[in-house]
Amino acid sequence: MKFSHKAALLAAAAAASAAALAGCGTAKPAGSSDLIIIGANLEMTGSNASFGTSSLNGIHMAVEDANVAGGVLGKKIQVIGVDNRSEVAGAADALAKLAESGVAAIIGPDTSSNVIALASQAAADKIPIVSPSGTNPAITVDPATGQTREYLFRACFTDPYQGRVMADFATGRLNAKKAVVLVDNSSDYSKGLAEFFTKEFQEKGGSVPAQEAYMARDVDFKPILTKAAALHPDIIFVPGYYQEVGLILRQAREMGITVPILGGDGWDSDKLVEIAGTANLSNTYFCNHYSQEDDNPKLQDFIRRYEARYGAAPDSFAVTAYDAAGLVLEAIEAGRSDKPADVAKALTGIKGYDGISGKITIDSHHNTVSSGIIMSFANGRRTFIERIDPE
Amino acid sequence: MQIIKSLRKFDLALLVLSVAVFAVLEVLIDMRIISSFWRLQIILIGINVILAASLNLINGITGQFSLGHAGFMAVGAYVSAIMTMWYDLPFGAALLIGGLAACIIGVLIGIPTLRLDGDYLAIATLGMGEIIRICILNIQAVGGASGLTGIPRLTTFAWVFWIMVITLFFLKNMINSTYGRSCISVRENAIAAAAMGINTTFAKVLAFAIGAFFAGLAGGLFSHYFSIAHPSSFTFLNSYNYLTMVVLGGLGSMTGSITGAALITFITAALSDYPEVRMIIYALCLILLMLFRPQGLFGSQEGSLLLRRLMNRRKEAKANGSTLGNN
Repeated sequence: MKFSHKAALLAAAAAASAAALAGCGTAKPAGSSDLIIIGANLEMTGSNASFGTSSLNGIHMAVEDANVAGGVLGKKIQVIGVDNRSEVAGAADALAKLAESGVAAIIGPDTSSNVIALASQAAADKIPIVSPSGTNPAITVDPATGQTREYLFRACFTDPYQGRVMADFATGRLNAKKAVVLVDNSSDYSKGLAEFFTKEFQEKGGSVPAQEAYMARDVDFKPILTKAAALHPDIIFVPGYYQEVGLILRQAREMGITVPILGGDGWDSDKLVEIAGTANLSNTYFCNHYSQEDDNPKLQDFIRRYEARYGAAPDSFAVTAYDAAGLVLEAIEAGRSDKPADVAKALTGIKGYDGISGKITIDSHHNTVSSGIIMSFANGRRTFIERIDPE
Repeated sequence: MQIIKSLRKFDLALLVLSVAVFAVLEVLIDMRIISSFWRLQIILIGINVILAASLNLINGITGQFSLGHAGFMAVGAYVSAIMTMWYDLPFGAALLIGGLAACIIGVLIGIPTLRLDGDYLAIATLGMGEIIRICILNIQAVGGASGLTGIPRLTTFAWVFWIMVITLFFLKNMINSTYGRSCISVRENAIAAAAMGINTTFAKVLAFAIGAFFAGLAGGLFSHYFSIAHPSSFTFLNSYNYLTMVVLGGLGSMTGSITGAALITFITAALSDYPEVRMIIYALCLILLMLFRPQGLFGSQEGSLLLRRLMNRRKEAKANGSTLGNN
């Protein structure tokens, strides 16, 4: 009996160590000439497992589409997916493994903190990393030095950029000349949006006579709304979170303010409808990253194929990952090279790439500019209004 | 006298050994013979050894079930990062201040909670770790939910290795000192220890404070390696992970903590190619180990002791053999 116990333990230990050793054996010599390897460093297990799983699906579909179309530079593309356990240490593990596999570029992680943790190592290894959905500004710009990080990119736009999209929408479609901004002074997100909105709105010939401030968890917005109404603005811009925005919308409509009210993706919650009330949501617009109702034929085709294959509608992580892979392949094609350093250089200059989430441009500071989706409400349901492409 | 001398000799031998190990690894890393994957593993193992060994002092040696180690690590990570970023302090000083900050928090929280025992203490420390994390999450000055970014990457293999060696030497000597013995007596029987005149509360708080100090050091090394301190790196799941290392190696055994930390760090990294089965294999290893060796790999014994015993046995066998031959 004792012997069999020991034998079982030994067998288990052997199996575990064999698996572990096999894990280290993924390293392949770089530069196999007829294959381009794209790494995926994603949250496949752990607290954000749903992000990474969706993103990996998106990447697989993008790479298969490219292979069906004949590959890139005449080579087939292969994806190596490594789990980062939703941890910074795991993301570093995955980067080290992928670096040894001779990847041309790495897609992921999805969460900003995991991407930022790779900054130094990516620069040391000279491997470009494209995060599908990391919105933290520190991903592309080192906050300590203000320098652009040479090897870090993202496929989605950052939070403040929505301010510009909404200013374009206000001056364009709504033909607004005068705007009042209500900003949540306790939130960097809100302040960033307000700043970008005001700048763009003024550049487009509009005027912003006043910016009123509130704080998170305020409940009475009548004083600032009275001040705003006295200026007779064409629109009111409220870049806040749904909790306060809901109350602001309700109180504004109750006070008889009927002008359009605009906001950012902080509005994107079912709670907003509950708090504001269906009737008070008329004539309101907000910006979002992606809408399933977007009429872009490429996106609709992607959604159909994704649903057929994975049995569920794609979320924004799948969509941005598909575009991240597309950007990498585009950069390889444009730079005529699959060397990681060349891919990073080519990524920097990408202009107007036609992705499924819209047009994507990466400027010299690695700020990604892409299409903003304008949403509105009809009978308490979010509806797609239009897609604003960057110029 | 003889024993003390032999102990000193043993310490010296260990020191020489660690210098040799350091030199070999440093050369291998410098010449890039070790791949980047293994370089990272060595650094992570070093940090995790500090965490596991310091948790072992609280859980294994003093017998107080703490689940808040990640909280102390968070304090060290953030405080040391603030010291290097905002006050431009040298890395060593920043680490020390981070460790001391964690130590102070450990004492402050330890005094009221260490009156509890067993399960109650476990829950209280679990709550404490979460409170630290949630506080950080809500302090906008250190980045709140998006984490503290822009931390310079100052952690090198040398820093990790030597802080690990200092930690292990300190803990080893502490356990063999009067204070360490009083900690062990608290573990074995708190009432008997108190009856013998040992201040049990002091022993518990001392273990807690020292454990927290080294966890803070490890936190500082961690945040200065990944250039980011993020609340999600310090959840109670991380505390469990460090506890698993200690239990796997054997509660109360420093050799066990080292082995446990190295094994778990390596297995988690190696299995990340198989996300679908990672948690199953990981859990299976733990279940099998607990079934066949519930006291952990080393029980509560030290590797050096086992080695000595093995050598003694061999000597005895030789002696027996020779006497047998004579008969």
